[in-house]
Amino acid sequence: MKRSLRPLAATTIIFIIAYALSVIQFPGMLSTRVLGNFLTDNAFLGIAAVGMTFVIISGGIDLSVGAVIGFTGVLIAVLITWLGVHPLLAFAIALGVAALFGASMGLAIHYLQVPSFIVTLAGMFLARGGASVITQDSVPINHEFYSFLTGLVIRLPGGGRLSFIGLLMIAVFLVGALLAHRTRFGSYVYALGGNATSASLMGVPVARTTVQIYVLSSVLAALAGIVFSLYTSAGYPLAAVGVELDAISAVVIGGTLLTGGYGFVLGTFVGVMLLGLVQTYIIFDGTLSSWWTKIVIGVLLFLFIALQRVIFVASAPREKPPEKA
Amino acid sequence: MQDGPYVLEARGVIKIFGNHVALDSVDFGLKAGEVHALLGENGAGKSTLIKILTGVYQPDGGGVFVDGTAVSLDNPLHAQTHGIGTVYQEVNLLPNRSVAENLYLGHQPTRFGLVDRRKMESAAKVLLKRYGLNIDPGSELGTHSVAVQQIVAIARAVELSGKVLILDEPTASLDRNEVARLFEVIGDLKRSGLAIIFITHFLDQVFAISDRVTVLRNGRLVETRELNSVTRTDVVRLMLGKDIAFSGATDLEPDGPTTDVLLDFRGYGRSKSVQPFDLTIHKGEVIGIAGLLGSGRTEMARIMFGADPADQGSMSLSGKPTAVRSTSEAISHGFGFCPEDRKAEGILGDLSVRENIVIALQGKLGWFRALNRDEQLEIAGKFGEAMDIRAASLDMPVKLLSGGNQQKVILSRWLATDPSFLILDEPTRGIDVGAHAEIVRTINRLRDDGMAMVVISSELDEVVAYSSRIVVMRDREMVAELRGKNINPGIIVQAIANHPDEVQA
Repeated sequence: MKRSLRPLAATTIIFIIAYALSVIQFPGMLSTRVLGNFLTDNAFLGIAAVGMTFVIISGGIDLSVGAVIGFTGVLIAVLITWLGVHPLLAFAIALGVAALFGASMGLAIHYLQVPSFIVTLAGMFLARGGASVITQDSVPINHEFYSFLTGLVIRLPGGGRLSFIGLLMIAVFLVGALLAHRTRFGSYVYALGGNATSASLMGVPVARTTVQIYVLSSVLAALAGIVFSLYTSAGYPLAAVGVELDAISAVVIGGTLLTGGYGFVLGTFVGVMLLGLVQTYIIFDGTLSSWWTKIVIGVLLFLFIALQRVIFVASAPREKPPEKA
Repeated sequence: MQDGPYVLEARGVIKIFGNHVALDSVDFGLKAGEVHALLGENGAGKSTLIKILTGVYQPDGGGVFVDGTAVSLDNPLHAQTHGIGTVYQEVNLLPNRSVAENLYLGHQPTRFGLVDRRKMESAAKVLLKRYGLNIDPGSELGTHSVAVQQIVAIARAVELSGKVLILDEPTASLDRNEVARLFEVIGDLKRSGLAIIFITHFLDQVFAISDRVTVLRNGRLVETRELNSVTRTDVVRLMLGKDIAFSGATDLEPDGPTTDVLLDFRGYGRSKSVQPFDLTIHKGEVIGIAGLLGSGRTEMARIMFGADPADQGSMSLSGKPTAVRSTSEAISHGFGFCPEDRKAEGILGDLSVRENIVIALQGKLGWFRALNRDEQLEIAGKFGEAMDIRAASLDMPVKLLSGGNQQKVILSRWLATDPSFLILDEPTRGIDVGAHAEIVRTINRLRDDGMAMVVISSELDEVVAYSSRIVVMRDREMVAELRGKNINPGIIVQAIANHPDEVQA
């Protein structure tokens, strides 16, 4: 097996084992209802994590994701509830604003040669602050289009429901996987993460690709914000605080190397599901504090970072005679 | 030189950086189907010329011609469209991606906007076959040896450019078998009509595959010659500029073997770096190390200082067997080392002159005997005066000083630790005449004070002037130890150039 596939395989196996153990303890967890809720409850995190996967594969990081989700929620809530704009137009505006936001971060990272950590940290404060300036309160959204979207569900046998936002997340993952693994843009993202100097000598359009990566991340964060507002039917400036860190965790647990160059979009899906499983388990248990979620995520992260180190050090190219034809 | 049309030509190329002339009207012509070696010591202008030919730099005078037409190359990608491809010493590929993707990145075959991976991998398979590589194109590049990666890099360059191939020290990190393998590939490419520029420090390799050779020195063209009309000695003379009459031997007779032995290296070496060598160093003795760039001079110094610890042989210090496994051990034994790359490895640019001078002494004393500011100023002031360091203030950042003064600061740093053994790697490179004289004077004074020193230098006249013995390095091996009346630049040149029959002591 390719060494870059190993962390992904490990995550998948851990997920299956963990799920099986949960089911043994709480047989109720094996139902379409739980599985459907898995998707619905984690839809916004999953969508944001797809964007984060691209950023991390390229060797960067995007700390502005949670703030963009919060900002988008407030923006569309204000547009719809206060200004009477149709939700579809509000979505388009929000996605456009996010694209400009991501583009300016990408431009700063490339042309000012500032680490993405710092630029997106600034972006985080800007977006969060911007949301709070618009309003300090939660703005409810009551629009028939929202009711229509949340009413779009596929009923599964056993009482499960595949919601619109759950399906949207799956679609984003599929498109993301195609983009990462089957397009030139995808290969440029991996090239930047592998070695930016080599990439530019090999003709990779570094500036364009960097901007595209951060536009993608911000647009997906805004989409996650839309999904979050559908999920909560409101916009709140302090929504989704810290979601960027959950997204980073999901990406790393999903087998993407934090230093860039290696990773899989579908691995991130497994990572998101594993995080969702931990939360669901704690809800089923009922006696555990929800903070145990954080502890389990922390342990998992440590485990996976150590695992990746071991795998990549152990299989570093060894000295061997060149293969003869 | 006017025979045959040139595929790629530089005519009267001038390149100036600040007030330093890096290339002074250099002519260079490359013919199809030849391997053309480009030689010269560090700072001779080789890499500047290559960068102009590949569009990294634009010439300040003269021009670049492809097939006889003047072109202006904006960047390496633009050069590629003119058929000029480059493979660098450090393989500039992506170890995290598949072999096929490395070959075709940016040019992947697509279907409906998606990369057609199957088509790409089968094309890669066919292409690699031509280079005698039977590897899975879907495998990760980083899992293959450097030699295979190097061949993949060549295949990519040839595939995307196809007229001129520039190989910038491609063999530096390969072993003998891998070099032979690479040479087969180069030979095939040459027969297919490609024009190849080959840059290396290994003379044997130049003679093994090249048809013509161009030598640069100090930014000027020395000569372009057919290789079958020159000997190794000629080439070394062209490179070092020692074609003038041999200057007289040094009058510095060693005082006989009576002085105390300070260091004794037996079979000392490091695999993949320097072949084992034997060397005895007495107190009050300066050992000069001569050899071309890449011959293992610097590596030898780094092994002695423990920067790259030896993995074979033994050493003894004042008769007692010792080991130097790290630089801090070396410092505690009283060793000092002024590295070749002053800016990267020597000075701490943002720290003051004072801090740069006391840092090694403080390291030797340890944390608990911190020198206070007054002590630091006293030490720095003493050496500043003794070495004639021209700084407006001892508290100014050392990066603002001239190269010569920086070198004096580094020398002072080690002298402050009162070393018994000092290694100087190219102490006089790139510094002005005054500082040069000061450093040579200091070396002589320290020797008279009984310090043992090893000095590496490309300036043969200079080495001859202060060394009591000279060690000659070639291809990472110590090949000769010259002493007494034997020492003159001519003998050194012959020793460097190999060919035992030409060395007459």
